[in-house]
Amino acid sequence: MSANAAESPAGDRALRLLREMLRIRRFEEKCAELYQQTKIRGFLHLYIGEEAVAAGVMQALAPDDAVVATYREHGHALARGVPAGAVMAEMYGKQAGASGGRGGSMHIFDAKRRFFGGNAIVAGGLPIAVGLALADRMQGRARVTACFFGEGAMAEGEFHESLNLAALWQLPVLFCCENNLYAMGTSLARSESTTDLALRASTYGVAAWPVDGMDALAVESAARRAALHVRGGGGPAFLELRTYRFRAHSMFDPELYREKSEVEAWKQRDPIATLAARLEADGLLEAAALAGLEREVAAEIEEAVRFAESAPYEPVETLTRFVYSEGSSAASARGAR
Amino acid sequence: MKTTYREALRAALRDALARDPRVFLMGEDVGRYGGCYAVSRGLLDEFGPERIRDTPLSESAFVGAGIGAALGGMRPIVEIMTVNFSLLALDQLVNNAATLLHMSGGQLAVPLVVRMTTGAGRQLAAQHSHSLEGWFAHVPGLRIVAPATLEDARGMLWTALEDPDPVLIFEHNGLYAMEGELDEDAGPVDIDRAQVRRAGGDVSLVTYGGTLPKTLAAAEQLAGQGVEAEVLDLRTLRPLDEAAIFASVARTHRAVVVDEGWRSGSLSAEIAARIQERAFFELDAPVQRVCTEEVPIPYPRHLEEAALPQVADVVEAARRALGAR
Repeated sequence: MSANAAESPAGDRALRLLREMLRIRRFEEKCAELYQQTKIRGFLHLYIGEEAVAAGVMQALAPDDAVVATYREHGHALARGVPAGAVMAEMYGKQAGASGGRGGSMHIFDAKRRFFGGNAIVAGGLPIAVGLALADRMQGRARVTACFFGEGAMAEGEFHESLNLAALWQLPVLFCCENNLYAMGTSLARSESTTDLALRASTYGVAAWPVDGMDALAVESAARRAALHVRGGGGPAFLELRTYRFRAHSMFDPELYREKSEVEAWKQRDPIATLAARLEADGLLEAAALAGLEREVAAEIEEAVRFAESAPYEPVETLTRFVYSEGSSAASARGAR
Repeated sequence: MKTTYREALRAALRDALARDPRVFLMGEDVGRYGGCYAVSRGLLDEFGPERIRDTPLSESAFVGAGIGAALGGMRPIVEIMTVNFSLLALDQLVNNAATLLHMSGGQLAVPLVVRMTTGAGRQLAAQHSHSLEGWFAHVPGLRIVAPATLEDARGMLWTALEDPDPVLIFEHNGLYAMEGELDEDAGPVDIDRAQVRRAGGDVSLVTYGGTLPKTLAAAEQLAGQGVEAEVLDLRTLRPLDEAAIFASVARTHRAVVVDEGWRSGSLSAEIAARIQERAFFELDAPVQRVCTEEVPIPYPRHLEEAALPQVADVVEAARRALGAR
């Protein structure tokens, strides 16, 4: 990496963010390619354009904190430290995948890294995050549970129930609303009576801030501040991370609901390009260093693909394994089948 | 000692809370109010508000919080006031509690216990009276139990808490006031096996939960008519103790399934189908069913009674099964 960057902690921080965002971007570009080749099937929701959010928030978390994410969670998994090979193998439906291949793109789990999915029901993960935080509170652990969801979740009852409960019981949840302006194809303005999301969250008595979700440094700073508040017993916090999805909702989306010019305008604020430009302008990143970073990332992804390609599928014989826990009487009951 | 079903449930809660610091109870009005059906009365004073948690009316959030707390190392007991309200938490129960272990490749077990009231008979009309446990018994990943005796009311909870997976306990509202004798040292019971509550060689009456007392009463009437009925209490609705059902049918060669759920697409249909699939050649007559009339449960007593399985219906169904002899 750039020798210049090593001289400044701020530079280190920015380079780490750049690196994480690049990993996510290149990984997902590869996923789109593999989807065209039918290596990856099912739904594939790309995070491209929103990388600053996952990359930034994860910097504020410790290894024993918890993460609950959505069906658009490849970026969160990678930024949380789930190995790229395990994420890619999951996309392939291979047994070496993060969830044994059983979840696919939308359901990446890693218990060891306290990464609790991968929830494909909009707002379905929020109550679970509240419960994880409740367990921490009851056991006297100063942990944070970061819960990611899109702005579409704010129309669901589970959002309101969860925010209220977390605030009522002052639980250590960091609610991270990724406002990319579209719930699939329905724009925020067409689905919500009030579009100031931080304001809405604050009505539950939750500390809430809007954040420029295209600026990784701003995201990291806001997340650190919010995590400090939560960890210190200040109750839950809410970040509205204003961002944008550059790609279609999923691989089946013809994007009839938004103008190309709007997408192009947001692309001018690409979180990776803007951070790289800023670092270059500050003399913290040289062109050669960026190229080196790209090479490292490309090698990691190439290795992830190779790993996924060569990994075996789960044998059909174990299809019914883990419907119930191994060794439990239900697992061995005939009537369970 | 003399006790009630309600007190036996409370004793089980108290025992679990005393035994394991990870255990806590949460739900609507479980604390200050003492529980909608007074099951948890007094526990708030004994265990405090951290472990006896009154929740807002947010079924999805507090059931989901139970799942999260279970993932976080606690052993939550979530009370849902009635099965009809559990529909507000179906997302958490079906999409999360039931799926997480399998979908995560075995990484995330959910040791959650959910208790809820089910059934009719108290003139509570069509939004507080249904028997939907059969719906939950449809779902792989959930364990469904239905205590119908004082022993089971006292003993199933601890076993459910020790189970690594989500267990739903269905308490029939007509049983709470049931009185009887219970051993002073009554403790945990299995949640795997059906049990023969009355032996008899002429016909098998297969039931569970709130219809067990009615079915036992029907068996008494049948005895007066010279028919010895065997009453099998399923106890656990998923996984079903198939072996016990088939063994009973092999003894009697005739079966009546008594289920307070509706007939269409029901648990009674499942049991009849399994008998037909696996014990067909043991049968001397078609399997009979006694179920709730296919209507939303009405309020007036005479209509509610007409809608529900009654002792006379069970007797008649048993006679139908025997009439084919």
